[in-house]
Amino acid sequence: MHPWVGAGDADKRSILDELGLDAVDDLFASIPVEVCVDRVPLPDAQDEVSVRWGLEALASSNLSADRLPCFLGAGAYRHLQPSIVDAVLSRAEFFTSYTPYQPEISQGTLQVIFEFQTLIGQLTGCEVANASLYDGATALVEAVLFSHRVLRGKRDLVIVAETVHPMYRRVLETYTRAQGLDLEIIPGGDDGRIDLERIRGADLDRACCVAIQSPNFLGIVEDLPTLADSIRGGGALAVQVITEAVSLGILAGGGSFGFDVVCGEAQSFGVPLGFGGPHLGFFACAEKNIRQMPGRLVGQTVDEQGLRAYCLTLSTREQHIRRAKATSNICTNQGLMALAATVWLELLGGSGLRDLARTNLARCEELKRRIADIGGGWSLAYPDSPTFNEFLLAAPAPATDLVDRLAEAGVLAGIWSHRWGGSWPDGLLVAVTERNSAADLDALVSALGRQS
Amino acid sequence: MTIPKNLLYARTHEWARPEGDAVVVGITDYAQDQLGEVVYVELPEVETGVDAGEELGTIESVKAVAEFVSPIAGEVIEVNDRLADEPNLINEDPFGDGWLVKVSGSLDEDEMLDAAAYQQMVEEESA
Repeated sequence: MHPWVGAGDADKRSILDELGLDAVDDLFASIPVEVCVDRVPLPDAQDEVSVRWGLEALASSNLSADRLPCFLGAGAYRHLQPSIVDAVLSRAEFFTSYTPYQPEISQGTLQVIFEFQTLIGQLTGCEVANASLYDGATALVEAVLFSHRVLRGKRDLVIVAETVHPMYRRVLETYTRAQGLDLEIIPGGDDGRIDLERIRGADLDRACCVAIQSPNFLGIVEDLPTLADSIRGGGALAVQVITEAVSLGILAGGGSFGFDVVCGEAQSFGVPLGFGGPHLGFFACAEKNIRQMPGRLVGQTVDEQGLRAYCLTLSTREQHIRRAKATSNICTNQGLMALAATVWLELLGGSGLRDLARTNLARCEELKRRIADIGGGWSLAYPDSPTFNEFLLAAPAPATDLVDRLAEAGVLAGIWSHRWGGSWPDGLLVAVTERNSAADLDALVSALGRQS
Repeated sequence: MTIPKNLLYARTHEWARPEGDAVVVGITDYAQDQLGEVVYVELPEVETGVDAGEELGTIESVKAVAEFVSPIAGEVIEVNDRLADEPNLINEDPFGDGWLVKVSGSLDEDEMLDAAAYQQMVEEESA
């Protein structure tokens, strides 16, 4: 048989003869008749052009974030997407290789991952970062399980701020339940920030970690130095999760303030929204705990000629060697997305990322100043709390269909604040990035005005 | 391969030597040879209580990670802090400077192998 042309009738006949069977269906004889269907209900076969046109027509009925004023955030952000990112990404050397970790033939990929780790380490203020994880939610899970291991499994309580992304908390709930860990959610204070008294009053002596998000789900920047001191005072590990990585352009990562883990979602670094994935998890911590860190890790070394070289290191933590006692089930990394983030960050550089973050902050502040113009009872839910590029716009009345009505009016205005529960006010979670033009802001303000 | 006559051995390749009210524990020359170059040792905290056969820590080499267990029930009273900076002591001197922990309590000698029995076990294992 030809390696990439399908089997013809003669080929099938000879295979069946070899197997001693009469027909192809005999191969599936063990499947009970009652679970078989005669025919899968699909339309008749169509030619390529018709299929393409049909699918394009279907796709164009989506409200595209690229064609409408879009203020959606809540964990996935629309940022600049320079062509060079895709150009590098689609090179066959990167694009087609699967788990390319063999150092003899994979120096390019390993170098990229090493650079990614270096960039994440610098941005988070942590000593070491891994080669990436699937997404922000699983990165948070890994941070919690990491904390449990670091404290030698002696503390079974996990404390999480309510202002950690609700979907992240849901993923965490699934894992902690299976691991037999207790999960305690600490509600936020009246200003949308973490209530420090509630943290101090929590059962910190029994907790393996306290996980907080900053900027939090409501876009508000938390007081990281004070939080780190309060949490670590009780012997628990302090975990910061980040969903909007561009904030690291102007906000120092928690590692600089004593957080034990800084993890989260780096989709903002050059990965498009893509209808929800693939995303890019990151994980950084202090070097002393490196052996409990989950995931792949690339190290820099020298080859036998003394030249700089890269290879996977500390693999003995990992599942393919340690089996059931591995630090985690993660035996891979989000390589292609880590490449995208690396190219994107290296294109911008430190000053570029800072400028980008400043632009986000300025645009968002501009919109916040214009909220008063809307009238009709729209207001900032937490006017005195500092935000980065997202904020909660309190609605005059509960209106769960508001988002749909605004979309019909041509504006993707944000995410309804109670879409995933939460004890905060009714309203819209509005994200503003450099992609939002002045015309976008006008469109949002006037669309909201018309709703009032 | 060295197997000192004055020590007792576990089937899991630890050696044990009574010392006062406690027992010093390490891994054998055969075990360190099988593991290869040791790069990291995870030791228990002092005052940790253990049962006989319970995991005390891990030894990480360039090619594998192995757990080591306590030959007796008791409490960890001392750990070999030198291993933090010199894990290769386990390779260089497994029965001396490469010791791992001291556990309070006394050995049940019937549960342990003597040098001859351990040697026989190792020979069967590597045959």
